[in-house]
Amino acid sequence: MRLLNLLFPERRTSAVIARERLKIVLAHERASREAPDFLPVLQKELLDVIGRYVEIRSDMIRVNLGRSGDTSLLEINVEIDGAGVKPTKNGAAGDGRATTRIEPGAAPWVRPS
Amino acid sequence: MAGKVIVLTSGKGGVGKTTSAAAFAAGLALRGHRTVVIDFDVGLRNLDLIMGCERRVVFDFINVINGDAKLNQALIKDKRNDNLFIFPTSQTRDKDALKRDGVERVLEELKDSFDYIVCDSPAGIEHGALTAMYFADSAIIVTNPEVSSVRDSDRIIGLLASKSRRAEFNLEPVGVHLLLARYSPERVRKGEMLTIEDVKEILSIPLLGVVPESESVLRASNTGTPVVFDEESPAGRAYHDAVARFLGEQREMRFLQPERRSFFRALFGRA
Repeated sequence: MRLLNLLFPERRTSAVIARERLKIVLAHERASREAPDFLPVLQKELLDVIGRYVEIRSDMIRVNLGRSGDTSLLEINVEIDGAGVKPTKNGAAGDGRATTRIEPGAAPWVRPS
Repeated sequence: MAGKVIVLTSGKGGVGKTTSAAAFAAGLALRGHRTVVIDFDVGLRNLDLIMGCERRVVFDFINVINGDAKLNQALIKDKRNDNLFIFPTSQTRDKDALKRDGVERVLEELKDSFDYIVCDSPAGIEHGALTAMYFADSAIIVTNPEVSSVRDSDRIIGLLASKSRRAEFNLEPVGVHLLLARYSPERVRKGEMLTIEDVKEILSIPLLGVVPESESVLRASNTGTPVVFDEESPAGRAYHDAVARFLGEQREMRFLQPERRSFFRALFGRA
């Protein structure tokens, strides 16, 4: 079967590509359209706060409001680069561990001023 | 009489909204319904040209909203069908002249004497387009089988669900229908165009009709004749079918197969 697929690959026509691209972009746009108005602001403010400590891009944080039964669920996902936490330029890497636990108080990798 | 307001909208420009609004309104009139078709594209008036009444425009939508003219002074009676009226828009004034309360007053007045009020929306999602969709009872989303058109249609469907009067007052939602225009069965067969199933699946709204890409549409606009008056035109017949479905009739979709190839071409494979 595999060999057959290799010999006669499924025709990936431009229409098939169009359909797939549309499905992806619309799934994304619909999710953000149904979100309450404050979510983009919340996302931006979270980004600002986290960005003070670690390098983060805007596409690495996702804020969603979900619903399951009677409860609403505010879900915040922050993605960190594969190599681990990269402190922002004016911070220092503390003990240099790949992952860092956030302790109460000042973050450990922030150099005291 | 309590007329129904139907908006033809799309988000994207150039997909065939005005052609479809003219054809749909004429189709309703041909079936005996008193119908008026209104141009909401203030500043870019074109419905008058498509309907072939550009030299009969005296007063317009904005004049009536501002109280400078009476409704019956602005309505243009179609010369081909007694049930059909055209309500042109202004070519000069700015688009903000389309005040929502004024539009509401005019629509309410039209509802008393017409069965259907067909609104031809401008492209985009600005004031004119939002005003055209706001009072709608039904919406016909004119979509081409092409990525940007489908995406914009999806956006418009979202706006109808949140920004229409029916949405704001928690009334029964606007009835939304898909009209797939400029469909080319031949290109779909070659895998160069989204299929009807693709567009239906992505937008997930009921399909009202499929209008094939047809030379007769340009001929119709050249002469200012809604394409439903052309008995020979596949596009015209497709619009007739869409009108019949809108009115509750069951009709098979037509013109979905590529035109039959000649015997010799069939014999010697693809040309």
